[in-house]
Amino acid sequence: MNPNDGEIRKMMIILSKATLENVYAAFVLANGARMEGIEAEMFFTFFGLEAVHKKKLEHLHIATVGNPAMHMPTMLGGLPGMEALATHMMKKEMERIDMPDVHEFLDILKASGVKLWACKLAMDMFHYKPEDLYEDMDGVLTVGDFYKQGTGVGTHMLFI
Amino acid sequence: MEKTIANTLLSVNEEGYLTDFSQWNEDVGEALARETNISMTPRHWEVIRYLQREYKNEVALSIRRIGKSGVVDIKEFYQLFPIAPLKTASKIAGIPKPASCI
Repeated sequence: MNPNDGEIRKMMIILSKATLENVYAAFVLANGARMEGIEAEMFFTFFGLEAVHKKKLEHLHIATVGNPAMHMPTMLGGLPGMEALATHMMKKEMERIDMPDVHEFLDILKASGVKLWACKLAMDMFHYKPEDLYEDMDGVLTVGDFYKQGTGVGTHMLFI
Repeated sequence: MEKTIANTLLSVNEEGYLTDFSQWNEDVGEALARETNISMTPRHWEVIRYLQREYKNEVALSIRRIGKSGVVDIKEFYQLFPIAPLKTASKIAGIPKPASCI
């Protein structure tokens, strides 16, 4: 096989944010890779760790402030309850298109063979322990370890 | 496009999916599976039959729906059809390529 044929063999997806729209984008990309026969691994760092934090993953919100696609004045987006309202509306829409919730999506990713790694530095920074995280994580890695996971021809990295 | 497989002349699209489900039979499915290096077992057939039922009922297929089917869970689905399971299984089943992102 030609090693430079340009084929994507593995996606390494780094999630650094915990707003619902970013979390879903990362999950859909990882799952979509597996659906195409492409390997996928995810690295949860900084606020992205909340997407795999047992107590937080069910309470992620979409961003109503600083998000021009919300078509909402910034001042209005900052009002109490606005994020919850927008999140509620988005979750309803997602259920309609058969989009799973965060926990179920993690289960689907694991069953599909996606590897889920937590960033060691971020774990230390937020004082999280492995037992605080989603039960089926593959482990806690340093950045260097994660890069090593991506060794091989046809690996692509994506930062979200 | 046309191609001959299992001694049958089939209409297929450029990606090799059957364009006329009425041309499908088990020999065709078996031969299509062989092209993707899958040897069919009774479990494979159960999944293929399920996909065909869903297709006839005009249900849009997705990985999530497969997981909730009660026929196969997602993990086993990937074990049966390791590379791109939904696409591969749909091709063997003689139904169109699923348009789902999830």
